[in-house]
Amino acid sequence: MSTYLRPVSNTWWLKRKPYILFMIRELTSVFVAGYCIFLLVLVYKLTQGAEAYGNLIAALKLPSSIMLHFITLAFVLYHTITWFNLTPKILVIYRGEERIPQGLVAGTFYAGWVMVSVFLAWLILGM
Amino acid sequence: MAETMQLEIFRYRSEKESVPSFQTYEVPFHEDWVVLDAINHIKDEIDGTLSYRWSCQMGVCGSCGMMVNGVPKLSCAAFLKDYHPNKIRIEPLTGFPVERDLIFEMDDFMTKLKEMQPYIIRKEGEEKPLEEGEHIQSPAELAHFKQYSMCINCMLCYAACPVYALDSTFIGPAAIALGQRYNMDSRDQGRDARQEVIASHDGIWECTFVGECSAVCPKDVDPAAAIQRAKVSSTVDWFKDVLIPWGKKK
Repeated sequence: MSTYLRPVSNTWWLKRKPYILFMIRELTSVFVAGYCIFLLVLVYKLTQGAEAYGNLIAALKLPSSIMLHFITLAFVLYHTITWFNLTPKILVIYRGEERIPQGLVAGTFYAGWVMVSVFLAWLILGM
Repeated sequence: MAETMQLEIFRYRSEKESVPSFQTYEVPFHEDWVVLDAINHIKDEIDGTLSYRWSCQMGVCGSCGMMVNGVPKLSCAAFLKDYHPNKIRIEPLTGFPVERDLIFEMDDFMTKLKEMQPYIIRKEGEEKPLEEGEHIQSPAELAHFKQYSMCINCMLCYAACPVYALDSTFIGPAAIALGQRYNMDSRDQGRDARQEVIASHDGIWECTFVGECSAVCPKDVDPAAAIQRAKVSSTVDWFKDVLIPWGKKK
């Protein structure tokens, strides 16, 4: 008896919403990596002196740069939220026979995120 | 006139066609019918040539898995009323070679399951004599792996996994979850043997954490979690073996 193996099309990920969301999550990694490189460039420019750093800061104030930052922010937020929501699958903690609620595990990460953000805001804005 | 609905069913008969086709059947609509009831009706009353697997009709045997409108489901647990009045498209589980109609070849899964050694393994010479009684396990120890022991080998998780569909060498969700089930069992000592399969090139590292294996699981086994947890423990193994040679596992 001969069997038939159905081919998988290149657009398989468009066929169901969970697959589309997964692919977006994968795509967000590019923006996360890209922004990490940008931060390294920022530090490098600092080592090059005030003029080099000032030129970069001026370029960052262009509308195209601000728009790119907003787009990156949206992708990084999506990346962070989707991964934080998945953490309870990896961090499975039991107290005796009872599993620590998944919301509590993810909530701890969100709380940490808020605390770090507030600290950074205080540090940068001098609040 | 009694209400009806249409089922569009994947047909493949290798003796008469080289590529599959779809055949539409009109079946009576009943509030309490599941997709399997409708397919049984077709088999008994309309077209006896239709081939498919089923057995218990109560979500235990794991035989009747099918793609229902593109989503892997046990056909005994998918109610017609959730789709009525629209047409339902029924296909064999994706990722597997089709033998006939809705019947697919499961040899690959069975081979992988066997490689995983899903049973309690004791180290050489450490098996207790029968007269010493059973290995005692506390409810807390049971709780750690019980979820993974609920697998009924229905293979819905494989059909939901795009990694398996694209590369069938991947060991896959259910086999790894069952490996984890025994790795986490306090009575078991076979983790090292299973690790050769779990942490192999075709094992956990192929998984990109799509997570749909867990979403479609009819028994809430959560194989995606099992795989990610195996990644964590395998990473710890690597650190112990390579970075801290004196901190050998075991």
